[in-house]
Amino acid sequence: MRPILLSGHERSLNQIKFNRDGDLIFSVAKDKIVCAWWSANGERLGTYNGHQGAIWTVDVSPNTQILATGSADNTVRLWNVKTGECIKVWDFPTAVKRVRVHPPMEADCWPVTEKRMGFLGTIAVLDINYGENLTEQAEEPSLRITCTESKATVAGWSYMGKYIIAGHEDGSVSQYDGKTGEQLENVQAHEFDHQINDIQFSADRTYFITASKDKSAKLMSTRNLAILKTYVADTPLNSATITPKKDYVILGGGQAAMDVTTTSARQGKFEARFYHKVFEDEIGRVRGHFGPLNTVHIHPAGTAYASGGEDGYVRVHHFDKPYFDFMYEVEREQLRK
Amino acid sequence: MAPSFDTLTEQDLHEEEEEEIDFSDLKEQYEVKLEEGLDTFVVIDGLPVVPEESRQKLIKFLLRKLNTVGHTSEDAVFMPLNDKNMSEGFAFVEYETPEQAIAAVKQLHGVPLDKKHTLAVNKLMDIDRYGREGRIDEEYKPPTIEPFKEKEHLRSWLGDANARDQFALYRGDKVGVFWNNKSNPPENVVDRAHWTQLFVQWSPKGTYLASVHPQGVQLWGGPAFSKQKQFPHPFVQLVEFSPGESYLTTWSARPIQVEEGHPVLTYEEDGKNIIIWDIVTGKPLRSFVSHDLTAGPGGDGEPKKKVQWPAFKWSADEKYVARMQQHQSISIYELPRMNLLGKTSVKIDGVMDFEWSPATVVREGVKQYEQLLCFWTPEIGSNPARVALMSVPSKEIVRTRNLFNVSDVKLHWQSQGTYVCVKVDRHSKSKKSMATNLEIFRVREKGVPVEVVDSLKDTVINFAWEPNGGRFVAITTGEAPSGAAVLPKTSVSFFAPEKKGVSAGNFKVVRTIEKKTSNAIYWSPKGRFVVVATVHSQTNFDIDFWDMDFEGEKPEGEKDLAANLQLMKTVEHYGVTDIDWDPTGRYVVSSASVWTHSMENGYNIHTFAGQTLAEHPTDKFKQFIWRPRPPTLLSKEEQKQVRKNLREYSKEFDEEDKYAVDIANTAVVETRKRVLNEWAAWIRREKEMLAEEKDAYGVPEDVDSSKQAKDAPAVSEDQGETVVEEIVEEIIEENEEVIG
Repeated sequence: MRPILLSGHERSLNQIKFNRDGDLIFSVAKDKIVCAWWSANGERLGTYNGHQGAIWTVDVSPNTQILATGSADNTVRLWNVKTGECIKVWDFPTAVKRVRVHPPMEADCWPVTEKRMGFLGTIAVLDINYGENLTEQAEEPSLRITCTESKATVAGWSYMGKYIIAGHEDGSVSQYDGKTGEQLENVQAHEFDHQINDIQFSADRTYFITASKDKSAKLMSTRNLAILKTYVADTPLNSATITPKKDYVILGGGQAAMDVTTTSARQGKFEARFYHKVFEDEIGRVRGHFGPLNTVHIHPAGTAYASGGEDGYVRVHHFDKPYFDFMYEVEREQLRK
Repeated sequence: MAPSFDTLTEQDLHEEEEEEIDFSDLKEQYEVKLEEGLDTFVVIDGLPVVPEESRQKLIKFLLRKLNTVGHTSEDAVFMPLNDKNMSEGFAFVEYETPEQAIAAVKQLHGVPLDKKHTLAVNKLMDIDRYGREGRIDEEYKPPTIEPFKEKEHLRSWLGDANARDQFALYRGDKVGVFWNNKSNPPENVVDRAHWTQLFVQWSPKGTYLASVHPQGVQLWGGPAFSKQKQFPHPFVQLVEFSPGESYLTTWSARPIQVEEGHPVLTYEEDGKNIIIWDIVTGKPLRSFVSHDLTAGPGGDGEPKKKVQWPAFKWSADEKYVARMQQHQSISIYELPRMNLLGKTSVKIDGVMDFEWSPATVVREGVKQYEQLLCFWTPEIGSNPARVALMSVPSKEIVRTRNLFNVSDVKLHWQSQGTYVCVKVDRHSKSKKSMATNLEIFRVREKGVPVEVVDSLKDTVINFAWEPNGGRFVAITTGEAPSGAAVLPKTSVSFFAPEKKGVSAGNFKVVRTIEKKTSNAIYWSPKGRFVVVATVHSQTNFDIDFWDMDFEGEKPEGEKDLAANLQLMKTVEHYGVTDIDWDPTGRYVVSSASVWTHSMENGYNIHTFAGQTLAEHPTDKFKQFIWRPRPPTLLSKEEQKQVRKNLREYSKEFDEEDKYAVDIANTAVVETRKRVLNEWAAWIRREKEMLAEEKDAYGVPEDVDSSKQAKDAPAVSEDQGETVVEEIVEEIIEENEEVIG
């Protein structure tokens, strides 16, 4: 599994996304530019320039037509993937930590903003118009959820946009109604005051995985926020992803960037960890980064994954045959039946 | 269950209820306190009854005793006479200050005046307080005897069917006791948050677990680790058990301040640092002020203020306990009364250190009972330094040896008391270079011969005897460049006696391993195996497992030595700070404690041969201690029998182990199957529910599938189907023709 090293960013990576087809990778970092790459060979397709601050988040519409980014310059921008032009800028009172473009039915995109300068953290839903003229976009959010208790750090859409799932700074996960924005449920999934750093959904969006500072990742049901599985690591986690095709999850993390210089390199644990999704056992690790992993994302077909680290590199790994062949005896038996 | 600060103060230390306060009681107390002038008076009972004529003589005689603790005069002693002009056998004495009166009560009470009479000294106020009419019931009431309560079995852990060992684990705020399960996760017995404030400690035979709190020491034991005994020494910092678990020594840097009405401590303990407790009764036996270690004579002038610990050293049979006043004397106390042996300390000019023999030794040709202790004195003026063996209780010096050019001496007893190795660091005349001699006293042999090992060129930084054996390991190092960050290179030397019939011959080097960084030696408690490791280092973490009786071919040169050395394995444990053998010598635990550094804390379990069984990285890991075992109850013959049949037993055990592994494997497979099925069922259910919901919303079922998404760009559903054109090229035939 020889990785392709994408060295196009000058600062630490914040998020990586494969598009729905898996042929493109979009990456954002603290260096204000969005990069698009060919996933197959690591060639850079182009960049999207315009943001004035560190870019925290990126997402691409399922048809790979529109790209949404959220940045510390308090804006959310929509880009035309093909041409690279910025088609819309929304201004927010605070930095935008997450944007997610909702899958097809309704064309929504929503950012999570930070609680800062007297503004409470909010989750806003913005409608995206995919029509002929992409620059015609709604000005005002169609829905706004304010997090009064603890600031939301990450969020995502459930299946059919029914719920919005948000992870909070205090380690809890809440479920909001996707239409009204009403909070339906709140579960203290992780240790109190251990921030949830990432939420990624399974392909059918019926369950999702959380990655938290409390050194664990949890698989939770979208419907009722029941904790299905727990993956325990020995280091704070920044990101987690569920692999299609094989029943694995990939966790990324490492010692917090601010502590790295104070301890030995051994301590860092800058490895991508593979766990078996059902049995919760660790089955492998991939080394390479020399800083904590800030983000991992899996190819939608489950044939490759990309990780982005504090070290400024994106590493794309295409899985080898043993990865697909690996199976527990129990699974093999099941398969034979 | 776990003692928090509150529960300890409220319930445990002041067990009486303070709810119902009897005010009349208080009043009386108040009255008593008013009579201040009587504080200086004491009443002396137990005097001989004498006629008036010899009264003055008696008073004079008595004054000699009385003036040893304070100041009083003939006029201040009042000895009343009865009608027959005879004294009554008591006298009133007035001292100058109340402190002197208290001192008299403390020191003169129970002191013999002559052969027939023993003084009974009480404060006048006490006599008034307790002796006044009505204060003490005239009628005898038999004390109520508490109904017998069955005590918990304090050694129940020894009855484990698999003879597993227990260990205590202190990490974060939690202390737990676990069974060692080899490579499997340890089985928890108890786990309590805030069980201790400083550390935990097992008693030497493993009966009790001591926890240390600001209020005192608490002992726990029994199958569920319930409270056993309490020793309320406020702000206790160090704890030490006697070897037979009968007594406990506690130390605190703060002198004790006893408040009146304390249930256990009395004014005897006021201002003291050290208390020796009787574990069974839970009462203090005697308390002491601690001596600080002072700098040696001709030291650098900077006085070292270090606590001497253990302050009290116990003889092997707990009959004596001794403490050293450095440079002056050794005080030996007799148990259980804690009186000074022979009423005086042993004056030894310049004494630097002493050690009891760890076992009761019977020397050749010595019939009467004795305990041995070894001490050393440095060079003073033109007198040589001296190492001596003292026999107790006779306080006789049985062997001395003079030494010259001595910088420092360490005393190492072999566990059975057969040898004592005196590690002498000597400097050359110019005081520039250092070297170490080992002077080994063969205690059991007639006349206690001394053998000198001076083959070592460098200084010995660590030394350890084989438990119950005659071999030892020494680690030497050359001149360490002071302040250098690099670890000094060390050499590890293995010594064994020559084979020479029944008695052990001279000690010879078996092998010396050069260019190591090792600094610590850990012998298996059963001997034979030894671990040599580099601990507390930032760059080297090697742990070497050695076998001294390797059952293989022996190098020619070592034929006549009682050892066959073999390195079994070397393992590394990053940041290792401590290494502990389990009491049976089967397992070795290496650990990295947060007390030393905060990197990769946790503990690893290895077999005696260095095979790593399990790694347990543990956050905020502090302490790992094996529960010690009491000595075996089997006789020598029975032990021999067991050793002879070891092969049969091991076959049994191997089978058991295999069976256990099989069971465990099946269990794992079963759980996996179950988990997998559960997961599949969950997924199926979710899918169904999802489909239902989608139906309800009127959404086509495959709306999410990637194909749909890819091929329907920005097109809402009502635009109908989209036509997808795909060009597929196929090669139907391929021909190759050669032209020309």
